Order: sequence, then C-alpha cells, then structure tokens
Amino acid sequence: MSGYSDPGFDTLAVHAGAAPDPATGARAVPIHLTTSFVFESSDHAAALFNLERSGHVYSRLSNPTNAVLEQRVAALEGGIGAIATASGQAALHLAVATLMGAGSHIIASTALYGGSQNLLHYTLRRFGIETTFVKPGDIDGWRAAIRPETKLLFGETVGNPGLDVLDIPTVAQIAHEAKVPLLVDSTLTSPYLIRPFEHGADLVYHSATKFLSGHGTVIGGVLVDGGSFDWDASDGKFAELSAPYDGFHNMVFTEESTVGAFLLRARREGLRDFGAAMSPHTAWLILQGIETLPLRMERHIANTEKIVRFLASHPFVSRVGHPLLESHPSHALANRLLRHGARGAGSVFSFDIKGDREQGKKFIEALKLFSHLANVGDCRSLVIHPASTTHFRMTDEALAAGGIGQGTIRLSIGLEDPDDLIDDLKRALKAAEKAGG
Amino acid sequence: MELNVNGHRTYCYTGGKPFDAARPTVVFIHGVLNDHSVWILQSRYLAHHGFNVLAVDLPGHCRSAGDAPETVEQAADFVAALLDAAGVQRAALVGHSWGSLIALEAAARLGERVTHLALVGTAFPMKVSQALLDASQNDPEAALKLVNVFSRSTLAAPPSALGPGTWVYGAGMALGRRVLRSNPEVNVFHRGFLACDRYANGENAIAQIACPVLFALGAHDQMTSPRAAQGLIARARESGKRVEVASLPVGHHQMTETPDALLFALRDFLAR
Repeated sequence: MSGYSDPGFDTLAVHAGAAPDPATGARAVPIHLTTSFVFESSDHAAALFNLERSGHVYSRLSNPTNAVLEQRVAALEGGIGAIATASGQAALHLAVATLMGAGSHIIASTALYGGSQNLLHYTLRRFGIETTFVKPGDIDGWRAAIRPETKLLFGETVGNPGLDVLDIPTVAQIAHEAKVPLLVDSTLTSPYLIRPFEHGADLVYHSATKFLSGHGTVIGGVLVDGGSFDWDASDGKFAELSAPYDGFHNMVFTEESTVGAFLLRARREGLRDFGAAMSPHTAWLILQGIETLPLRMERHIANTEKIVRFLASHPFVSRVGHPLLESHPSHALANRLLRHGARGAGSVFSFDIKGDREQGKKFIEALKLFSHLANVGDCRSLVIHPASTTHFRMTDEALAAGGIGQGTIRLSIGLEDPDDLIDDLKRALKAAEKAGG
Repeated sequence: MELNVNGHRTYCYTGGKPFDAARPTVVFIHGVLNDHSVWILQSRYLAHHGFNVLAVDLPGHCRSAGDAPETVEQAADFVAALLDAAGVQRAALVGHSWGSLIALEAAARLGERVTHLALVGTAFPMKVSQALLDASQNDPEAALKLVNVFSRSTLAAPPSALGPGTWVYGAGMALGRRVLRSNPEVNVFHRGFLACDRYANGENAIAQIACPVLFALGAHDQMTSPRAAQGLIARARESGKRVEVASLPVGHHQMTETPDALLFALRDFLAR
C-alpha cells in the first residue's frame, strides 16, 4: 500500500508528527517557546502529573514542538517513540542512566566517537559503571565480554572514523542471548541509510546536530525506542523498569506499557532529574533539516563516492577508509546491511597521506572550501585531524584499536559541487607534498 | 494484580491503585493482538476517580496464562469467571474491537451484574476478509502492518499513552509483535480474527442486555466502520435500552489517537 495511511520514508520526513496547527492554521510546525502549559483545572493538573492523561506540563519534560520532532524521528526509524535531548551525548547518557546504576557493565565497540569513549571509559567509571571495549568486528570478543552484571551492548552503525560497519544482527543476537539490549548510535548513517531496528537493535540514538539537522546550526540528540526488548524477561536485570519505582508513584513501567517502559522511565525520571532537555527552537531547526534529509543524504553519498574514488587514486594518499573500496574490511558487510550498499556507508571517512604530522597540518591549512572544525554531517564540507582533536585523550594503543593513526585525516563531505571539492583537495595535497621537501 | 481464573494465572492492570471491591468496577477488554496496556490512559484515570479498574490480559495473551479463547462465547465465559475470581458482584464492561464483542456477549450472559456496557470500535457482524485471515495465519507481520495501516487516521497523534513523542503506528506494530510472541503455542492473531469473524449472536445479545450501552465509534475507522455498528445501535434502541453514541474524530486507534475524547465519553457515560 501507499498513500496517507501508509506513507513512504520521504513523506514521513516531511509530515510525520505534524499537522496544521488547530489554533491558528499554521502549516509549518510552530515553535512553542514556553516553559510551561496552563492546566484546564485542578483535576487536569493532577491527572497530567499522575499520567492519567497525556499532555504537556513543563518544557523540560515535553514540549509540542519537540514532540513533533520525536514522532518524526521515531517514524523514520520505525520505533515507537523518542525523546529529544540537549545533545547526542545527553541521549547516550539518558539511555545508560535509565537502564543501570553503579555495579553495572557495558560492552562497547572500540570504534566510537571520542566523546562517547570519554563518557564510557572515564566518566561513567567514576559512577561505578564499567565498560569493556571490543573491536566491532570481533564477534567472539563481544560474546566473551558478557558478564552477569552486563546491562547493555553499544556500538555505532559505522564506527567513527574508520567506518567499521557494525554487524548489528550478530551483535544483537549476542545481546539478546544475554538478555540485554543493543543500543546503536546511528548518527553517521541517519535512518535514510540504515534503520537499525530492522536488523535487531533495541535502542537507537542520534546526535541530531549532524545529518538530521544538516546545517551545522544546533546541538541536539534524539533517543528512540524500538519497543521490541522484553524488559520483564531479563531475569530481573532491569528492576528499574520491572519493579515498583517509589520515585514515581510506585509505578511499574513494564505494567504501564508493554512496549514503552523504557521511554516512560527515561522521560519521567531521566529528563525530569538530569534535565538535559532540548530547546523547542532547536527542535524546530532540526525539523527543518529532516524535511530535506532524503535529498541531502543522496547528495552527501554521491559526492562522497566521487571524492573517495579521487583520493584512492591519488599518489600522495596511502589509505582511504571507506567501505566503498573493496580493500575496506567492512566492504561486504556494508553491501549486506546498508540500504544503498557500501556507497551508503556515509559521507564521513578518514584517509592517510604519505607524510608526517607537519605535512598533515599543512594539508589542512591549505584547504579553502573544507572548514577545519570539530563537527560532521554539515551541508558544508569539513576536515579535522582526530589524533590531536576529537580523540586526543586516547592513548596510542586505543587510537590504533579505533583505526586512527597520527596522520589520519577525517573528512565530512558536504553538499557543494563535487568538482570544486576535488579541486580543493588536489591543491591541499600538493601543498602538503611540497612541505615535505 | 494477578488472579486465578479457571485455574490459570490472569493479569489485570488496576490503574496504579489497589483493588477495592467496595468501589464500582470497570472491566476493560482488549482486542486482537492487544493487551491491557492499550487502555492505560483511560483505566488509570478512572482508577484515580472513584472506580476499581480491571484491565485484563485475555487468556493466552502476554501476562495471562491459559488457552487463548477460540470464540467470543468462550471469552465471555472467561469474563464472568474473572468477576467471580475478583469478588466483583457488578461491573461495567468496556471492550474494544474483538473485546467489544466479548463485552457484549458477556453482558448478555451476566444480565443485572453488568451496570454499563461500552463498545469501542465495534461492528456486527465483525467479518474479517479471507485475505486478512489467511495473512494472519501465514504472514502475520504483513497482516499486522495491514491492520495498523487501516487503523491509522493521522500522522500527528496528540500526546498519547507513552506521553508526547509517541509514534502511535510504531507502538501498535511493536505491541502486536509482542502479543503474538507471547504465546508460542497458538497464533492468537489468527484465532482472534476467526473469533470475530464467526461471532453470530450480536443482535440477540444486544437485545438481552439489561444495562445502558455506549457506542464509541471512530468516524474514520476503516477496521470497524461506524456504518457496520448501525444494526447493533438500532437493535439496542428497539429493545428499549438507553443508548449513547459518541462519534470520535479518529480511526480504529481510539484509545491512543484520541485518548481524551474517549476518556470523556466513558467518564460521562459511567457517571449516568
């Protein structure tokens, strides 16, 4: 079927969660910049607080503009609902904090965004949550790392920045055999390139700062629940969801909602107490981005394909890390899992030049269209040197485990004319080569 | 809470309040591939406004053991046994879709024990196309998608059972999969649809009931079209029942796509 009742991805990207405003007729989603919402009566107020009725109370907990974004991302991912957060990091923290406390254990891929690695390796450890890191392709390693106190397996759809594709079906199976969920960071692929729930993931989050927004204007995150994980069938591992919670009316979240217990607690505790909520203005800007997500992602991956081919044939480039190339270890997996095959492994990738650290710096400084900054997934093309920036806290060993060398350069390919981008890269490579004498 | 009904563990959601047999009781009965959780908003509200609530998981569904009912009549007998097990002498019955037929048949059998009957998203006969029956048996995922697509009336549901940010369509798909998975021995999807399709006693039952009846119908319902409830409505009126009809601006997801409108219709009906 197709049509209003069974819309396709591109239609959902424009319409999901939104309807003309009943009060004003506004067709675009209004920005509800208000902290709070008037109760109709004392009974209405009490009913909202007690979850007898659903509605908005205070914008830290929910907001009509944010709710449109949450429904839209949930629709695009094939989930049951979502929570918008202040950043992607806040979304990751919300997921972890909803599921576990001190004494718990996480198994995570080594190929992670540096901020996620920091949170897991340093910060959460301080709060009593241990993480074991496993190379994303080391299937036996994932299995061997399981402990009785393991509560979560976690990886990125395509690991940052080596683009190791996570074998979601296999890792999900390992997680489910251990009666724990798999959380996937799908920032670099967006739901346009892969929908992790269809492959077995249980929770998905995005740094919406990146492709969902697409314009490099806001910081935000979205945490989505697939509604598939049975929290009651996990031998009591998730008492946070399956036992009475005296912090919220002694509610047993799994009784309140057979499929949505996680989201209930995440919003009613996590947003309430940690407070990492998204501004409605931010939600609105991300919605503007999502409306063109399919168009932008097509252009991102088309441009990337041309640039990967250019770099792979350049004599001053020693390695290009994109699954488009048969030499990439994830080439076959990318073809199997991603919606557009290996060309759909995203537009953020790394490469190594045949030069030293100084030549790497020279290369970056010679670029004119590529902007040197710490972000990805912008409509503009971006460049950074991970070892000295995003991943600078990591040891050489941890860097190597994540596929990052001292001379590795990460690109995020934007929406410019690809010939102009290639020209920019060509000139910068020449400048770097010259700098080596 | 859990009750022993006919020797089987039976789960009833009580709306976050302890069960108190002294208060008036409302029994909520879900439809095919649903469970108690579809009634969360309406049942939780009523539980905090003077009612006892028993939102049941039917036998063989999710948290309840026992054989999944093969017919509406079997399920109606279960409802009677549930009231006995809970020590409830009189109760209001509220049912959605298949659950509305179960509530109707139970009300006919229980006579004066039923104080109010609310039929949400109902139709009689509730025929299921052969193609959908076959799909529910042979390709449940495809059939589940069809049911959810036909049940949808909006791409922008208001804040719903999980709070703002709920994608009702996705929640419906996930719940259907979970309910189906909860019974590895019986395809409760196919069995429930067969029970709907074969139920033939609707007009007799509506004539026999001894209580007022509310029809809460989705104006855009493609699963149980309001037109398909007109026969029951007419029969109820002919037999002298107090009949109320609430037309909700929604499809077949009345509890989640228009939670407040349905709640108010139920609240006002139960108050009279």
